[in-house]
Amino acid sequence: MGPFNWLLTFPSALTIDTGPIVDDAVASLSRAWAPLFSLMGNALLGFVNSIQSVVDIIPWWVMLGIVFALGWRLTRRASRGAAYAFMLLIVGILGLWELMYITLGLVISSVLISLAIGLPIGILASGSRRAESLIKPALDAMQTMPTFVYLIPAVMFFGLGKVPGVIATTIYAVPPVIRLTSHGIRQVDKEVVEAALSFGSTRAQVLFKVQIPLALPTIMAGINQTLMMAMAMVVTCAMIGVKGLGYEVIVGINRLEIGRGLKSGIAIVIMAVLLDRLTQGWFSAGDKLKEKDE
Amino acid sequence: MNTPMISTRGLTKVFGYSPQAAVKLLREGMDKDAVFRKLGSAVGVYDVSLDIERGRTFVIIGLSGSGKSTLVRLMNLLLRPTCGSLLFEGEDIVGLKGNDLIDYRRNKVSMVFQGFGLMGHRDVLGNVCYGLEVKGVRKDKRIDRAMEMIGLVGLSGWEHQPISSLSGGMKQRVGLARALANDPEVLLMDEPFSALDPIVRRDMQFELLGIQKKVKKTMVFITHDINEAFKLGDRVAIMKDAKVVRIGSPEEILSDPGDEYIEQFVRDIDRSKVLLARNVMITPASLVKIGDGPNVALKEMKSNSISSVFVIGDNMDLVGIVTLDSAMKARAANLSLTEIIENDIIVTDPDTPIADLIPIAARAKFPIAVLDPTRRLLGIVTKAAVLSSLT
Repeated sequence: MGPFNWLLTFPSALTIDTGPIVDDAVASLSRAWAPLFSLMGNALLGFVNSIQSVVDIIPWWVMLGIVFALGWRLTRRASRGAAYAFMLLIVGILGLWELMYITLGLVISSVLISLAIGLPIGILASGSRRAESLIKPALDAMQTMPTFVYLIPAVMFFGLGKVPGVIATTIYAVPPVIRLTSHGIRQVDKEVVEAALSFGSTRAQVLFKVQIPLALPTIMAGINQTLMMAMAMVVTCAMIGVKGLGYEVIVGINRLEIGRGLKSGIAIVIMAVLLDRLTQGWFSAGDKLKEKDE
Repeated sequence: MNTPMISTRGLTKVFGYSPQAAVKLLREGMDKDAVFRKLGSAVGVYDVSLDIERGRTFVIIGLSGSGKSTLVRLMNLLLRPTCGSLLFEGEDIVGLKGNDLIDYRRNKVSMVFQGFGLMGHRDVLGNVCYGLEVKGVRKDKRIDRAMEMIGLVGLSGWEHQPISSLSGGMKQRVGLARALANDPEVLLMDEPFSALDPIVRRDMQFELLGIQKKVKKTMVFITHDINEAFKLGDRVAIMKDAKVVRIGSPEEILSDPGDEYIEQFVRDIDRSKVLLARNVMITPASLVKIGDGPNVALKEMKSNSISSVFVIGDNMDLVGIVTLDSAMKARAANLSLTEIIENDIIVTDPDTPIADLIPIAARAKFPIAVLDPTRRLLGIVTKAAVLSSLT
């Protein structure tokens, strides 16, 4: 080997052991700011629980009715509505109705938080190149960072349960709505924006009367993707103790109860498919209806 | 009262980096391309000085990239001038900001766009209402006004149609109605008809002239079509490489292009639509008075080797025409001029376009007489003059 060894392998003298530094930082942060984190955690828990209680009010037969009616109205085919309702019925038949409600409550909470954060950030990113240049790398990091890397610090800050689950889901699910909101607003015909400005619109008028309405289909596609990504986090979140369908999958795997895991897996797929179809249909049918109304 | 509606002096717009340095180089005489190579800044408009009079149509024409769209966007401050002055009714508006700028755009200028710039999520009425809506006009009032404008552009009955269901010509009618709804003092039209096919474009030009007669707005009209420019414009400015190279009335520019570039530009034009009878008429070589006898008429015709001569009264008013044949017969039969005068002369007024005279000139036995409203003879237009004016 000899004296030129350092040319062939990365010299150990240049490595910095950053692991413990971050560990210490996280640990001391979670201690020092514990009251703040518990306050935030409680607020979040309150929000999630209130959404959950709204979902829980809906009796099972009303839920089936809603799915049937929405499916019928959006696809304009009663058979499609019936098929959607039947798929949902299967979840009940599998004995997973209550667990599905828990998962639904969490997904809805996470999506609402994602929208509350993502829509304004997306609008901001569309309007300023500098904001976009800061936001874009952050989104790339959020989408490529393995979820467990932030799942565990979230647990350290907020403890096990729904709260870190909702936070991790939001981190994972928020990028599409930001990206597509920004993209949708940017792709609005420049001449239309110019026209709006030339008639003396304020910035807010251009945004709310022209840019957002014209970007709506793209923004809706972003919301739909955010919803799907939130669904994809259901099983991951179960690993930090979030109850629901995902938890059943984990338990099934741990106990080698293949049937139990499969049942929950099927229920998750049905939920995802229904949420996707119903939201997609809603957006495109909404456009058509609006055109007719006007 | 004589203050121009819009007046610019040395108006300049440079895009990109170091605009001030670019202006300095331009002042030293460097051209637009050289500036771009040196600094990477694109010169949109340089040193434009022009006056747009109230109630007139001012056309700006140039090839693509000559800066005409930039110039019109400076006028409603969609773009900020780099330097120079821009006066609206004598007031400098270069520095307008915030609410003043918004008020200026809401009340003084409206724009019509090449690609229409219509909002696909609103129907025809919603688009026409837009300007009034952002201004805060009450809903019933703005709908009344919008309906009136929709009627003016001939789209009654289409109020509630989505924009996507309209043809190109109809879309631009919506664009025009939207601009007129605000009752602006100036209409800025950025190549409004360029995206339309030729037949629709002709109809729209015709209709615009009709609408202009009713609303009497000051118009700044951008085009790259020289026929359109000369048809619509009271004054025409020709742009080349970010500069205005010529300003004048259509006739002035046609009869004296003054520079090869303009001549090339003008060559495309269908001259028959722009040239008027007054531009090609000549003073007749000879005339006879009503009191003269046939001998005078014969002598006039012989000495000028022509076969007919116009007869005028005491005040240069046209009485008729006498031909060589009939004058000879009159001399033989000893008749007076009044007995042989023929009256089937084609007459026209001096502002008739040559295009309208072509079919008449082809059939006419005699030259066409150009008369003023009191029937005074101003000149004559010969068949040869009509035909040669077209080349």
